Amino acid sequence: MSKLTRAEVEKVAALARLGLTSEEVETLQGDLNLILEQWARLAEVDTSSVPASAQTIVQVMPLRDDTPSPSLSVDAALQNAPARSGDFVRVQAILSEEADG
Amino acid sequence: MSAELRRATAAQLRAGFGSGAFTSLEVVDALLGAIAQEDAALGAWLHLRTGEVRGEAQRADDAYAAARASGPDAVRALAPLLGVPIALKDLVNAVGTPTTAGSKILEGYISPYDATITTKLKAAGALILGKTNMDEFAMGSSTEFSAYRRTVNPWDRERVPGGSSGGSASAVAALHAPLSIGSDTGGSIRQPASLTGITGLKPTYGRVSRYGIVAFASSLDQIGPFARSAQDAALMLHAIAGSDPRDATSSALPVDPALLTLPQGDKAASAIKGKRFALPKEYFVAGMEPGVEAAVRAAVAALQSAGAVIDEVSLPTTEHALATYYIVAPAEASANLARYDGIRYGASKHGGGDLLDGYLATRGRGFGPEVRRRIMLGTYALSAGFYDAYYLKAQKVRTLIARDFDRIWTAGYDAIVAPASPSVAWKFGAKMSDPVAMYLADACTIPTNMAGLPGLSTPCGLSEGLPVGLQLIGAPWSETGLLSIAAGYEALTADAPWRAQEPTDLAALGGAA
Repeated sequence: MSKLTRAEVEKVAALARLGLTSEEVETLQGDLNLILEQWARLAEVDTSSVPASAQTIVQVMPLRDDTPSPSLSVDAALQNAPARSGDFVRVQAILSEEADG
Repeated sequence: MSAELRRATAAQLRAGFGSGAFTSLEVVDALLGAIAQEDAALGAWLHLRTGEVRGEAQRADDAYAAARASGPDAVRALAPLLGVPIALKDLVNAVGTPTTAGSKILEGYISPYDATITTKLKAAGALILGKTNMDEFAMGSSTEFSAYRRTVNPWDRERVPGGSSGGSASAVAALHAPLSIGSDTGGSIRQPASLTGITGLKPTYGRVSRYGIVAFASSLDQIGPFARSAQDAALMLHAIAGSDPRDATSSALPVDPALLTLPQGDKAASAIKGKRFALPKEYFVAGMEPGVEAAVRAAVAALQSAGAVIDEVSLPTTEHALATYYIVAPAEASANLARYDGIRYGASKHGGGDLLDGYLATRGRGFGPEVRRRIMLGTYALSAGFYDAYYLKAQKVRTLIARDFDRIWTAGYDAIVAPASPSVAWKFGAKMSDPVAMYLADACTIPTNMAGLPGLSTPCGLSEGLPVGLQLIGAPWSETGLLSIAAGYEALTADAPWRAQEPTDLAALGGAA
């Protein structure tokens, strides 16, 4: 199994939306390659006729009636928002003013 | 009196409240006094409900007084944990309290609602003293990855309490609370229980609702109790177990009422006779400390002397469980932790630059090193071109791990007996620079999570003066059976010298004050 390059580590960090310093990328590159060596050993296990298990305790998924029930108030739901505007979470504009029209 | 109240189990507290021997307020004040004196050195707590909990204790005492006036039946009818102080790991939402999950990215977050287990514990009468320290997002085996503070092991201030539920474990071991809640994704209840010399139970996947618990790896996470006896762990499990319409993975199976009346003493000890235990050879591997192996084998011998049948068995996929776990858990974590975007709650570094810059800054600075490492691992395992080789492969090996265990239950064994940790508590920093060494600390507990099974750790002796845990692993939904066996083992070894030994640094914790 080939080792992760610095560019690959940077690509994964971008996918994960993690802003990393140059030093952090370097440390992670070393750590990840160490851990991938452990992962590689799984290739030794013969799973050609084995089904995958998302979980192993067999249960029937329960169904419920689709009826409204009380939930959090708007104030409670928004109490931790970093920025709030009325009953909304305030976020940065993602469209320019011109595009608004 | 105060020292005795600190040592009392939840069952003893409930009995004493009922008879009027002492009050909940006296107990709460004794524990708060100990915390005030010792927690600067112990580091178990992140938040205390000092103001609220004394009033709640007073109300519990009023209820006991009123019931006593009506007679013994009225006292018995009161809630099973009424007035008993407990601790919550700081990933359990309790309305009005901070919930940080040990992370800076949740600094300042105040829970707007109760987790289902919080609601259930309140209904059972328990009083929430506060929230306890943990590895950030429950990722770690020593609590050193908390973004807030260091928790020490009350057996040796130079050593870790284990993790990730290290605060909850140390709080119970140091007599700051008789009961606490932990979470166990790869061993985070059983391993710290082992390292601090207390009892910790990870229930069957689905036994306890996760609604309102900060999610780590959703196919593995399970919530369970820490206690200083099997009986107390059973009381707390009874309070938190059961189906929840808000968690579709919670089981509809009824909660076993026998958890409230777990056999004790001779009755518990005699029940060991005829039990069949499987001893998996793969759990005694290279790297296990000789003192740990000796203590576990002595515990197995004690069970055998009491009439249990012990057979050595093989769980051949055990050696692959660690790699399987370190694919599945980070993959699920990378998805669960995508929600920390600095927009709806938590720390936020939006404002400069565009939206993407805000995400990168919020997450890059808000998460600590181990959480970043796991998110990177998980994102990589799920990324295009690698999914089949890693995540899907791991899901298949998980099937093999579960089949290993299934063969044991099909053969009629009552439980698997094994070490809970390959080592006793280690010194701070010993594994911080080597992630693989830290991951190996959970080698004995991870297979159980991969198979969804219940497991517990119960103290079984000392090695180099530090606690060793005996792990009992059972078939799905066998928690009552496991706790009964643990109660039997407690009775069999009640007179063992190591049981009389209290945590060796307990007195020293208050020394600074």
